[in-house]
Amino acid sequence: MPPGRSEELISRLEEICGREHVLTNQHELATYRSDGLLHLRETPLVAVLPGSAEEVQGVVRACYEAEVPWVARGSGTGLSGGALPVAEGVLIVLARLRRIVSVDLDDGRVLVEPGVTNLAVSRAVAPTHFYPPDPSSQIVCSIGGNVAENSGGAHCFKYGFTTNYVTGLEVVLSDGSLVELDRDAPGYDLLGAFVGSEGTLGVATKVWLRVVPAPESVRTLVAFFEDTGAAGDAVSGIVDAGIMPGAIEMMDRLSIEAAEQATGAGYRRDAGAALVVELDGPREECLYGLERLIDLCGQAGALDIRIAQTEAERELIWRTRKAAFAAMGRIAPAYYVQDGVIPRTRLSEVLRQIDALAAEHQLRVANVFHAGDGNLHPLICYDSAEEGEAERAEELSALILRACVDAGGSITGEHGVGVDKKAYMPSMFSEPDLDAFQRLRCAFDPPGLANPGKVMPTPRLCGEVPGPYRQHPLERAGVAERF
Amino acid sequence: MATAVQQAPRTHEEAAAALAAASAEGLSVRIVGGATKLGWGHVTDPAAIELHTSGLDRILEHNAGDLTAELEAGVRLAEAQRAFAEHGQMLALDPPLGGDPGATIGGIVATGDCGPLAHRYGGPRDLVVGARLALSDGTIAHSGGKVIKNVAGYDLAKLFVGSFGTLGLILSVNVRLHAMPAATTTALGSSGDCQALAAAALGLSSAPLELAALDVAWRGGQGGLLARCDGPQARRRGERAARLMADLGLERTEVTADDQGLWERQRAGQRSSSQALVRISTRPSTLASLLRAADACAGTVVGRAALGSIYVELDPDAVGRLREELPPGTVSTVLDAPPATRAELDPWGPAQRPAIELMRRVKMRFDATGTCNPGLFVDRI
Repeated sequence: MPPGRSEELISRLEEICGREHVLTNQHELATYRSDGLLHLRETPLVAVLPGSAEEVQGVVRACYEAEVPWVARGSGTGLSGGALPVAEGVLIVLARLRRIVSVDLDDGRVLVEPGVTNLAVSRAVAPTHFYPPDPSSQIVCSIGGNVAENSGGAHCFKYGFTTNYVTGLEVVLSDGSLVELDRDAPGYDLLGAFVGSEGTLGVATKVWLRVVPAPESVRTLVAFFEDTGAAGDAVSGIVDAGIMPGAIEMMDRLSIEAAEQATGAGYRRDAGAALVVELDGPREECLYGLERLIDLCGQAGALDIRIAQTEAERELIWRTRKAAFAAMGRIAPAYYVQDGVIPRTRLSEVLRQIDALAAEHQLRVANVFHAGDGNLHPLICYDSAEEGEAERAEELSALILRACVDAGGSITGEHGVGVDKKAYMPSMFSEPDLDAFQRLRCAFDPPGLANPGKVMPTPRLCGEVPGPYRQHPLERAGVAERF
Repeated sequence: MATAVQQAPRTHEEAAAALAAASAEGLSVRIVGGATKLGWGHVTDPAAIELHTSGLDRILEHNAGDLTAELEAGVRLAEAQRAFAEHGQMLALDPPLGGDPGATIGGIVATGDCGPLAHRYGGPRDLVVGARLALSDGTIAHSGGKVIKNVAGYDLAKLFVGSFGTLGLILSVNVRLHAMPAATTTALGSSGDCQALAAAALGLSSAPLELAALDVAWRGGQGGLLARCDGPQARRRGERAARLMADLGLERTEVTADDQGLWERQRAGQRSSSQALVRISTRPSTLASLLRAADACAGTVVGRAALGSIYVELDPDAVGRLREELPPGTVSTVLDAPPATRAELDPWGPAQRPAIELMRRVKMRFDATGTCNPGLFVDRI
């Protein structure tokens, strides 16, 4: 962009948001160069922190008039580069929009601004209610980001994803117009299309969420198995028995080792797999379910089953599970976190493939797995100081995704496509599929200013709508063909 | 009146080609599944072509171990449920089926129809995880996938759920299944005070009972709540629900495991063959005022007590009055009604701007020639 025009835009943004909320020097912008996917970095022309929906609208309209692309960013915890800035573009940071506007427990509704953190929603409605989607980053990640990514978490097998809990949105479209999308209003479910669109259809400025009654009882156990195959059998047994745990998480030998080093929870290091199962719900169902769980784990050959007797013991089980990612640092200098999905019944087969691929690439892979819904998180360990290892890790990472897709799964269960996985989109979607996606994008954002370069494997422009809209053009030609 | 050309493609390619041919010739297409809800939406001019999904009637996959299935649009829900039941599974979707063989999965998804189980499981938007679609330019595209957790690409299936066939033809859907409950029990309680009934509904919905369904039935100043528990301990939970109902002031509380008929009646209340049937969506806490509004119009109510989604059957001439009686911000959609009534009033109610402009842009992108079900939908899209 010519310097004159960018200065003009910046001064307009300063008028809208106040000079102190418009960042242009390289030092300040450094914070915003990447999201949770740290190896991708880009410096935006300017980062702006609007303080209200009206200011967001003003910023987006200014971008529209200047024909400058923009990226909305929440807390920056995303793992697919979805909030990676566009060079020469505007980064709209929503961190100042963090009001919980209203809490209405009679209707089970909460109205929040997009910068509110995920955990703050559950805290606002505790102890009687909670907000189920619980990504690992829930302490810091923002609801706006959750909406963009359709975030899941450990409890989504039973409770569903962000898309099942958003009942309304106020959205600023790329032309600066404000539109309210309501799940109950007649018409197309534009809300359903918007959630999970990774910031490419607009930016949400208000979010209505549904919260649900907190479970009366929670029982958590961890069971250890010889190998992931036996643990997988236990999961099948549980699901086939019609038991719907709040969460079922599997860790393999390497992730147990890493997590154990981090928390010293006393996990069995001789075990090839650990299964964390949490039942929640009515008291009598949990009691009954717990007995069935113990039976089913036993039948699948559990080496040891530990049931949390206190809240502290439960927390330790979860802390150990959640430590698995960070703890890999103790085992390897660097690692990729992959996010793929497989039909759960293909687990053993895909894990064997991953083992074989890892051996072939002379790398170690730890597997952490949301076992109920088949969401795999292989952690690919490597040492970039070793010649060629980073490249081998990247290649292995791609082959693992390929194995997931070949098994009938997906390239991402919760981290999103962003920049990181857009090259893999053609492995799941044909050209006509991608064209159909683009139609939606063009309806919302014809100039393509909202988070360009994300999700789609290759840049696409919106053409004119082919032909004028004709409502009932049947009579002349049609009548002759009728019988 | 001219008769429409009847087409029943047997493959996805044939279906897409039929749409493309109609579009090229400027002919309108009416998509027909089980023909159980053809009267919904605006009254429109007869279409040149009726495209039936009867030839797309295969259960393409039932992955019992993964609790997923892929169904072609023309599969009757009842038939799919029988197939799933053989494996102790169900699609947690229970709208009224409109007789035998009844509604197809394509029609149910296209209209976003659901029944009492929506309380726990949501509607088609929450159970459909992928879809294959045919557009009027002949494109066949899919979104989503076979697995229940998947965030790759836009969720076009949600866009097509409840779109009344105006964006294109749903060829097949991938759905998430659930295990059939080991047992079910329903607690019942009644009241002649709509305020008390509404308060009890609120109390039950915020209790940690994990109800599978929580319905209301109301007519002429008298009604009740039905709370269904499912799972191995359904009986005990049902008894707790009944005690809670009594504590909340409901009368004649009871518990029954023989509850199929009760719920069949609730479902049946979502249709009217002789009168008008209006679906109302609003905040759950306004239930009492909805019941009062229905009373004022001599309406009969069934619906989801905790979701703010209720159905009122009433004299077609009273629909306007009902709309006036409803609290502001309430959405009311006329489903069943004689054509004269539907022609007279807007079945969808006032369109909400500016969302409607965005919807028109979506329609333009997916069905630029206006081939699919023209004029039927909101704002005559």
